[in-house]
Amino acid sequence: MTPRILIVAEHDGARLNASIAKCVTCASAIDGADISVVVCAVNAAAVAGQVAQLAGVSHVLTLENPANEPALAAVLAPQIAALAAPYSHVFGPSTTFGKDLMARVAGLLDAPQVSDIMAVESPTRFRRPIYAGNAILTVEVQAGLKLVGTVRTASFAAALPGAPAPIEKAAVNVELPRHTRFVSVSAGRSDRPDLQSAARVISGGRALGSAEGFKILYALADKLGAAVGASRAAVDAGYAPNEMQVGQTGKIIAPELYIAIGISGAIQHLTGIKDARTIVAINKDGEAPIFEVADIGLVGDLFQIIPEIERLI
Amino acid sequence: MKRILVGIKRVVDYNVRIRVKPDGTGVVTDGVKMSINPFDEIALEEALRIKERGGAAEVVVVTVGPADCQQQLRTALAMGADRALHVVADGVVEPLVTARVLLKLVEREQPLLVILGKQAIDDDNGQTGQLLAALWKRPQATYASKLELHEGTARVTREVDAGLETLDIDLPAVITTDLRLNEPRYVKLPDIMKAKKKPLDTLTLGALGVEPRVQLKSVSWSPPAQRQKGVLVKDAAELVAALKQKGLL
Repeated sequence: MTPRILIVAEHDGARLNASIAKCVTCASAIDGADISVVVCAVNAAAVAGQVAQLAGVSHVLTLENPANEPALAAVLAPQIAALAAPYSHVFGPSTTFGKDLMARVAGLLDAPQVSDIMAVESPTRFRRPIYAGNAILTVEVQAGLKLVGTVRTASFAAALPGAPAPIEKAAVNVELPRHTRFVSVSAGRSDRPDLQSAARVISGGRALGSAEGFKILYALADKLGAAVGASRAAVDAGYAPNEMQVGQTGKIIAPELYIAIGISGAIQHLTGIKDARTIVAINKDGEAPIFEVADIGLVGDLFQIIPEIERLI
Repeated sequence: MKRILVGIKRVVDYNVRIRVKPDGTGVVTDGVKMSINPFDEIALEEALRIKERGGAAEVVVVTVGPADCQQQLRTALAMGADRALHVVADGVVEPLVTARVLLKLVEREQPLLVILGKQAIDDDNGQTGQLLAALWKRPQATYASKLELHEGTARVTREVDAGLETLDIDLPAVITTDLRLNEPRYVKLPDIMKAKKKPLDTLTLGALGVEPRVQLKSVSWSPPAQRQKGVLVKDAAELVAALKQKGLL
């Protein structure tokens, strides 16, 4: 039986979230997979067009409804569950959008969910991190059951552009709840690259000393075209907003280059960065655990080193 | 009566360094410290604060698991929960089973709110709250960092990737907690003594009519891949040179 996989697209109404190209790569790792992606939106055309360009996608489905934006799990889940009937697997990204939504879909389908898929071993067997990434569990779902999954995006490369897939309008006949109402979302800065998809990320820790201290990171990041992150300690100290937090309790990222500045390297932070291609650590404490995982380490005063690096590049 | 139901899970304490057994059949849990899942402790703290502000009359704490879980229920009672429910289950309890148990208890207890941690720090599934909300057909507000109760509704601020999202939800509803919601109180010795007299009822899955299904088999455990140890450079110039050599600048 051909595995039929339905991926739920995350988007902001105009742009497809970078996590979806990674979900497609995960789904493609299932032998013989036939992959559909559904875009739930008010007007789905723009996002559907972006999905159609991803290699490996064979169908793009659109579910248009004025209630679909801003996305609410309670509103999307019954639509996804209704659409899921012919599929063997229903996947979403392990972002806050996907984690919130997919388990609600699993509940409606009475289906088991594998959270944070990091590797596919067969259509029914997957690997996932547990204990904050301190152990890797291989799980096998009972054959014949529909499976819901969230994809740990840092574990997969983005699907490349391919031949365009057909876009079809889908329709479901479900009643949408009105018990959950969107009020607002705080908008972060958007003129720097997105932390979760940036090729280069520079993060600061408590050693930056203040929100003011973080400014030298922003200057270097802008010169490098990098996104800026922060350790939980720095966020808790009020030096940076929570959406910049990198680590188990923040964002899990896999950039080409990660530069940790004044970050000691608590296990929960390391969990969020260990898939980075190259890790650079700058810290005045040569014994800091961050040096255990760094490819390149530099022991010294960050307030001298950062301006020097900025001059040299 | 305005009641809040709080789910807690007994997990390996967050300070314990996790080691995978050499034969790959699990992680070492013999003799390690066990605690209430930290996110569940935040859930309980939030429920207690709501009660202390007059927003609820009773806080009921529930867990699903083996006999040892009663230690964590006693800790929860010492923190201030009014009574505890222990649903006895030995072996693997999948999130869908926990959610079905909670649904049965919701039908019995008729709570205004169910507050759970956003995930347990052992299996990191992060599913139970959303599953319960789906089965119960009620609103969910996951990853809550702020919760305000009004008449029949709640305004919840959620920690999402983009920043902070605010939702209005009708009650009853399911809330799952993020770290910033509150800082749980410490348990004082006299409270531990008082907690011994608080009611703790034991129930079985069978009595609740919930089947202990296992649909996901844990096949094997392994330690995570280790990164190769890197090199130390002596100054900014060497660092920039090393990055250029790797083609990263």
